[in-house]
Amino acid sequence: MTSVTMTVNGKSVSGEVEGRTLLVDFLREGQGLTGTHVGCDTSQCGACVVHVDGEPVKACSIFAAEADGAEVTTIEGMANPDGSLGTIQQAFQDHHGLQCGFCTPGMVMSAAALLQENPKPSEAEIRDYLEGNICRCTGYHNIVKAIMAASGQDVSAVAAE
Amino acid sequence: MYNFDLIRPSTLEEAVKALGQDEAQALGGGQTLIPTLKQRLAMPETLVSLSGIDAIKGVCVHDDGRLSIGGGTTHATVAREAAAHYPGLAALAASIGDPAVRARGTIGGSLANNDPSACYPAAALGSGATIVTNAREIAADDYFQGMFTTALDDGEIITEVRFPVPEAAAYQKFEQPASRFALVGVFVARYADGVRVAVTGASEEGVFRWSEAEAALSSNFAADALKDLSVPADGMIGDLHGTPDYRAHLVKVLTGRAVAAAS
Repeated sequence: MTSVTMTVNGKSVSGEVEGRTLLVDFLREGQGLTGTHVGCDTSQCGACVVHVDGEPVKACSIFAAEADGAEVTTIEGMANPDGSLGTIQQAFQDHHGLQCGFCTPGMVMSAAALLQENPKPSEAEIRDYLEGNICRCTGYHNIVKAIMAASGQDVSAVAAE
Repeated sequence: MYNFDLIRPSTLEEAVKALGQDEAQALGGGQTLIPTLKQRLAMPETLVSLSGIDAIKGVCVHDDGRLSIGGGTTHATVAREAAAHYPGLAALAASIGDPAVRARGTIGGSLANNDPSACYPAAALGSGATIVTNAREIAADDYFQGMFTTALDDGEIITEVRFPVPEAAAYQKFEQPASRFALVGVFVARYADGVRVAVTGASEEGVFRWSEAEAALSSNFAADALKDLSVPADGMIGDLHGTPDYRAHLVKVLTGRAVAAAS
């Protein structure tokens, strides 16, 4: 066991981990932050995307020990300080960007990473960026629409409801 | 996953020493190795993470114009920082996997693994790059030795990859629709002294140079120069995604597209 310390959603946290402990397990089981989902566990689906030092990372494919000293943001860190939904979360609600909701944490985290790097993405750029996030309900149109809306763009031209 | 010791040194010297232990394995970005560990297809006793070694990260341009990329540099960083100096290479890096994979996966990890469908081997071989390790410098032409096989010795770490920057270059791949790995990918680079063409995804021997196309393109850098050439299907990969004939055909098609994109 080794001890790791990282900043999660602005708060310093520490814990003892095995070499094989994945970041997603450290967050979910160690910190009780179960908003980050484990979908496929093979880095295909993107439900576990969190930010590590500002970059989107699949938390099932990085060891907790590798995030020692890092700044980690999870879906729990996306709400406003008063607990209300953040801009991207609110847009997902407004545009019905979720059905079963399982992929949503990863979708929101990927969307946030995209908007940081490209504040006004086109529909094609959004679809391309979400290549590593799979929605088993296949609700992509409204997810794309939500992200367009969160970036302050007109969503009327986005394909089909 | 079975358990192992994970150590994360901050210097190359410590990493080399740690890799000297029995059953020790280097961990780059982990985007291939971690899924492999979960399946128990690899079972090292010790994993030596290279992610804490800042000295092998980054992109810089040498005085002689070569582009130098640290072995621990992520695809995302290459996509951003190589774009101004070597756009063909940056575009290849930007097309690997998805954004989260690119934020972790490294050039050194990709080249050390030498997956027969990986993108970076095509860029390294197609550019005549030099693979620099903690022990020596290896020319790309000597480095790739077959599927998942390289000239690296046990415990040897890729510290840097040096790319001569071509006059023009482009990479084109046909993505396998499920995995998004290259079913076939072709990197074409035009240098003052000739054209190099490297093909990934197609051959059972891993990445290779298509020398007939290099000769034809060196005298006429146009997709049309390939029209009388054909690629033999012998030795091409055949699986449920494509037959050897299909892959051989794709090599020519994608070479033409890469030339058109680079022109």
